[in-house]
Amino acid sequence: MIPRHLIFGTAAMLVIAVGAGIYAWHLRRQISRQPTPSEIAHPASPPPQGPMEQVTLWIAEDDPGTLRPRAATIPMPSGRQERAEELMRALLNVYTQDSSPHPIVPTAEVRTVFLVDPGLAVIDLNRAFAEGHRSGILVEELTIASMVETITANIPGTTRVKFLIDGKSQPTLAGHAELSISYDVSAVQQLAAALQNTP
Amino acid sequence: MRSSSRSSRVVLCVALVISVKSSGAPSAKQLSIYSDTASFSVPVSDQNGREYVNVLEVLHRLGRTDARSEQDRWRVSFNGSTAEFRDGKSRFKLGKSDRDLSSPFLLENGLAYVTVDSLTTLLPVFLQTSVTLHQNSRRLFVGNPAVHFTAQTNAAALVLNFTSAVNPSISTEPGKLRMSFTHEPLVAPGTERLSFDSKVIPSALYSEANGAAEIAVMGSGALFARFSNDGRTITISPAPQNVAQTAPTPPATQGNSSTAPPQVTVSTAAPGLSIPVFAVIDPAHGGDERGEQLSSQLAEKDVTLAIAARLRQEFQSRGMNSLLLRSSDTTLSTDQRASAANRSRATVYIALHAVSLGSGVRVYTSLLPEGGENRGPFLDWQTAQSTYRSFSQVAAESVAAEVSRRELKSRTLVAPLRPLNNLEMAAVAVEVAPRSTIADLNSPIYQQTIAASVAAGLAAARDRLKKQ
Repeated sequence: MIPRHLIFGTAAMLVIAVGAGIYAWHLRRQISRQPTPSEIAHPASPPPQGPMEQVTLWIAEDDPGTLRPRAATIPMPSGRQERAEELMRALLNVYTQDSSPHPIVPTAEVRTVFLVDPGLAVIDLNRAFAEGHRSGILVEELTIASMVETITANIPGTTRVKFLIDGKSQPTLAGHAELSISYDVSAVQQLAAALQNTP
Repeated sequence: MRSSSRSSRVVLCVALVISVKSSGAPSAKQLSIYSDTASFSVPVSDQNGREYVNVLEVLHRLGRTDARSEQDRWRVSFNGSTAEFRDGKSRFKLGKSDRDLSSPFLLENGLAYVTVDSLTTLLPVFLQTSVTLHQNSRRLFVGNPAVHFTAQTNAAALVLNFTSAVNPSISTEPGKLRMSFTHEPLVAPGTERLSFDSKVIPSALYSEANGAAEIAVMGSGALFARFSNDGRTITISPAPQNVAQTAPTPPATQGNSSTAPPQVTVSTAAPGLSIPVFAVIDPAHGGDERGEQLSSQLAEKDVTLAIAARLRQEFQSRGMNSLLLRSSDTTLSTDQRASAANRSRATVYIALHAVSLGSGVRVYTSLLPEGGENRGPFLDWQTAQSTYRSFSQVAAESVAAEVSRRELKSRTLVAPLRPLNNLEMAAVAVEVAPRSTIADLNSPIYQQTIAASVAAGLAAARDRLKKQ
């Protein structure tokens, strides 16, 4: 006859082994659910630092195809170049929301903005921004005008704006709006004025 | 800096179509209408096994027309008379009385259509004059406009004398010269086959088809035509050895999807005489470059090509020469397009685009970049358009006005779009959005409406598109 204490001991060990197995399986599932670094859509960027400041974002609206200024309050660093980058990020943040009036792919990012004297702003965007951008004359020029107007409204002295994709110049944004040139701010302001009128 | 001399290095990748028939290309159906005040052609579409035309397209060229649609009703006022039609019904109200068309009236996307033969009922009550329809050839005579002609041979030439000035499209093939009269109310001579006592030009044949009359002159060799007497006389004689020009070299193609455009033959009225081109039509994208994917089956490059073919025909029906930069699925760079357009020395350039965003038509002129340096006869490539901007704006506004007249949304804007900056002529880009759904972009009726609007707009402004 098996002693009673041996039966209880064996049963307790079996329960502990099954419980440990279930726990190990649960841990493994949790690990497999976490994205690998290459799957993370938005690499972590340092949170903007600086006092909250009111700025003007020029927001494109596909329906009815207009461009309108909108006040926004965002944290703004002190350096001119950092301020320009934050402005572009704030603008893209509007466009990558679900309820965006001018949808742009969520993976679109501003890599950096260079300010080169005298008066040239170079906006470097990631490849996803261009590859995911919708094609069409109006939809592309709304994006261009929105970015140029937002930079010039908040960074005084900007007279020309050049766009790069992944650090390189490319012919067009998505088959229509030209990216091989640097944009004359005064010409874009005329376009923006026309785009403010509802058709 | 690139100069316009760069164009000499670019292969001319165009299918030149100057009022000639492309070999093997089937023509879209059209109805030609002749009256004392206007002669014009309108597209014909087949619906329910019948041939329909857009009533407004016809009426607004014959007199003052106002039209309005409400649900299934369409009301039109023409020169003080008012008529009301209902979709699918043959009976319509004219004032307080009822009249009957030969086939049901159709209302599609706000556009009104009647069959071609119904015009013989409709036009007499509006115009208070007789109407004669040549049903098989779709030629409609309002009142009694007619151009007659006589034919006689002298020495080694055939002399055709017309009662009014004519401007036919001319094409040649070995042993035959064809003259196609689309906008002249030319009527048949006593007999359709004319025989002459000449070994060089033994006969000529009169025929009518698809809204045009044609005189085909048979010869023992190549023939050419010469105009005189202010366009009232055409003299046809054997061609000198160097008269016939061959078609431009087919475009150099890139990519697997590219195909060479159809060969065309260009004939001129006299040796060394170049035919002035009014418009360069540029169907955007093509080949590897698809443009916007409008739906799973429809790419922008295909829609632009279809509208371009219709636009070319619209120009032709108005007696205006045009040059089509792409007549097949071919890849062309914007520099190649600009070079070919600049070489043509045309009056106006039209780029055609199609898009899913919005509705109606947007017409763009160039948003010029920073000014470049022009030295003597050499223009800066990036700003070649700068001295033509005012003409481009005239063209854009005239096209937009015509689009609005057809009850479509229209808008004029500037755009940073190649190759508008590089062109030495009035230049516009027309971006066609659907009327209501994406399927509209593939609708022959919608495409024809757009083409007619663009052609009519540019025709109306033609005297204001160039320095006089």
